[in-house]
Amino acid sequence: MIIAGLSALGAASPPLTRLIAKEKEPSRAAYPGAPGGGPALRAKRWAMVVDAKKCIDDCKDCMAACHYVHNVPAIGNPKHEVKWIWPERFENIFPEESHAHIPDAMGKQLMPVLCNHCDNPPCVRVCPTGATFRREDGIVMMDSHRCIGCKICMAACPFGARSINFMDPRPFIRKLNLDFPTRTKGVVEKCNFCEERLARGLLPACVMACEQKALVFGDVEDPNSKVRQMLEKKFSIRRRPELGTNPQVYYIL
Amino acid sequence: MLEKALTGSNRYYGCVAILLALFGMGVYFYLHELEFGLAVTGMSRDVSWGLYISQFTFLVGIAASAVMVVLPYYLHDYKAFGRITVLGEFLAIAAVAMCVTFIFVNLGQPARVFYVMIHPSFTSVLFWDMVVISVYLVLNVITGWTVLGSVREGVPPPAWVKPFIYISIPWAVSIHTVTAFIYAGMPGRSFWLTAIMAPRFLAAAFASGPALLILLCFVLRRYGGFDAGKQAIDALAKIVTYSFIATIFFVVVELWTVFYSQVPDDMEHYRFLFVGLEGYNTVARFMNVAVISAAVALVLLFNPRTRKKESFLTAACILVFISLWIEKGLGLLVTGFVPSPLGHITRYTPTWPEAAIAIGVWSMGFLIITVLYKIFLSVRESAELPEDMPEKPAAEMSVSS
Repeated sequence: MIIAGLSALGAASPPLTRLIAKEKEPSRAAYPGAPGGGPALRAKRWAMVVDAKKCIDDCKDCMAACHYVHNVPAIGNPKHEVKWIWPERFENIFPEESHAHIPDAMGKQLMPVLCNHCDNPPCVRVCPTGATFRREDGIVMMDSHRCIGCKICMAACPFGARSINFMDPRPFIRKLNLDFPTRTKGVVEKCNFCEERLARGLLPACVMACEQKALVFGDVEDPNSKVRQMLEKKFSIRRRPELGTNPQVYYIL
Repeated sequence: MLEKALTGSNRYYGCVAILLALFGMGVYFYLHELEFGLAVTGMSRDVSWGLYISQFTFLVGIAASAVMVVLPYYLHDYKAFGRITVLGEFLAIAAVAMCVTFIFVNLGQPARVFYVMIHPSFTSVLFWDMVVISVYLVLNVITGWTVLGSVREGVPPPAWVKPFIYISIPWAVSIHTVTAFIYAGMPGRSFWLTAIMAPRFLAAAFASGPALLILLCFVLRRYGGFDAGKQAIDALAKIVTYSFIATIFFVVVELWTVFYSQVPDDMEHYRFLFVGLEGYNTVARFMNVAVISAAVALVLLFNPRTRKKESFLTAACILVFISLWIEKGLGLLVTGFVPSPLGHITRYTPTWPEAAIAIGVWSMGFLIITVLYKIFLSVRESAELPEDMPEKPAAEMSVSS
C-alpha cells in the first residue's frame, strides 16, 4: 500500500539547519594525543554531567568534535541522519518538566543529548545478537561487525539515541579520522563515551572540546570524582528516570 | 505430491505467472535496496521500522490463525473442519514464509542474518520470535504434508503425526504472543507498552486469518471444484465474528484506559492514530477507513441472516481483513514511533521501491498458497472423490495423472 506522495524530506527545523550549517570542522590538533596518549582511564561507573547553564545556544563544539573523531557522516537529510551527540530543546528533552510558565528562554534552550549509557539498557536487552552490550564500567557499546541492522534497539531506546546507517556513510564523512573505524551501511551506531580515547588515557572528545566546561565526565562511583562532587552539590535531573533504565547522563539546570 | 504443482489449467499457469512476475519485481527492487541500503525505503531515524515489520506483524497473525481450524477438529473432533485443516496449515506455511522474508528485507545487513543463531541472545524477544516462528513453520510443513499424504492414500493420518498436531496448537498461540512481546516490552514506547497487546493480537489474528480462509475457500469452490461445506464456512464465520468482537472490545478497553486516565503521553499517540498530529493525518485517514469497515463488518457478521448469506459474508470478510490490515499492518507500528521520544513528528511514507518489495513478498506468499492449494486439490481429485464433491467444476482444473 502506498501512501501517495513523497514527504518533505528537507523539513528540518530551521534553527537546526542553521546550526548544522554553522558547524565548523575541528582541526586534528584540537584533540591532542591521538594516537598515543597515556595509561588508560578506568572507572567503576562512567557518567557525564551536562551543566546546561553553561551551555551556549549556538555552540556546537562538542558535536563537531565528537562527529569528527568518530567519523560520523554529515548526512543532510534529517530522516537518515547519524547522530552521536546533538542539540535538542529543553522542552523536548524534559517534556515532563516543562509547563506553560517556565521562562521561554529555558524551554527553548538547546542542550546536548547523547546515549545515556543506562545501567539497565533496554537496547542491550532486545538485541538479538549481542551486538550491543554493556561493559563492566557501564559503557554501552556497539559492535558494528555483529550488528545485523534489525533496528529493534532503535525502537527500544527511550531516548532516540541510536542511528542506523541508511546508506554507505563513507562518502558523507567530511574529514576522515584515520584513528577511528568508519562504519558500513545497515549497521546501528551511537555514542560510545569515547571508550577508544579512555583506553589511551584521554577524556571524551566532547568534554575536551567544550570551552565552557559544560560537560564533565568521570567515575560516579568515586566520591572524589568531579562528577560526583557536582551531583552532590547541585540538583540534577535525568531523562525519563521513571522508566527504570537508570541513565548515567545527568543534567544540571 | 509436489509434482502435482507442475501441471494444471491455463488459469493456474496464468496465476502462477503473474505472481512470479510480481515476486520478480520485488526481487529486482530488493537488489536495489541491497546495493543502496535502507535509504531506498521510507524508514527514518525516528520511524525506524515501516511496512516490512508491520506486514510481518500482521502475517504472524494469519499464520497463527491456523489453530482455529486445527483445534476444533483435533481437540473437539469437529468433523466439519476435517476437509479444511490442511488448508489452514498450508495458509500458515505461506504466512510464515512471508513473515521470515519481511524480517529479512528489513535487515540493514542481511548477510549477517545467521548471527541470530551463531550469537544468540536469550534476553532478546526477537531471538525467541525467530525460534518459535521457525519451529511453527516446521510443525505446519510436517502436519500439513503428512495429512495430505494420507488423504492421497485414503487412510487416516499416521499416529506419529498427532503429537506434532497437538504441539502446533499452543505453538500457534505462542508465535503471536512472542511477536506481541516485541512491542509490549519496550519501556519508552507508551503506545505499545500495554499488557493487552498479546490478547489483542491473538483476537485480531483469529478474525483476520479465518476471514482470509473463508475467502480462499470461496475461491477454491469457484475455480478449484472444492467445496469446504456449508457447515465449515458457517463455523468459520462464527469464529470470525466472535474474534472480531473481541478485537474491537480490546481496542475499546485500550481507548478507555488512555482517555479516562488522560496521561498525556499515552493520549498523544492515540490522537495521532485517530485524528493526526500537527497536520500529519495520513495514518488517521487510513484508520477512518478501518473504523468504518469494522463497523459495517460488525453489523454484517453480528446479524445471523447476513452472516449466513454468502454475498454478505464475503463482503464482511473482505472488510474485516481490510480493517485489521490497516489497524495492525499500518497503524499499530507507525503510531508507536510518532511522536518520537524527543517529541518530534516524523512522517513515514513508504517509497515505491519499498512498496514493490512488500508486494513482492506478498506475491511470494500467494504463490506458495496457490501451489500448495493446487497440490491439495489435485491430491483430493486423484484420490477417491468424496461423495459431496461437485463434479462439474472439476474440469476447470485438469488432473495431472
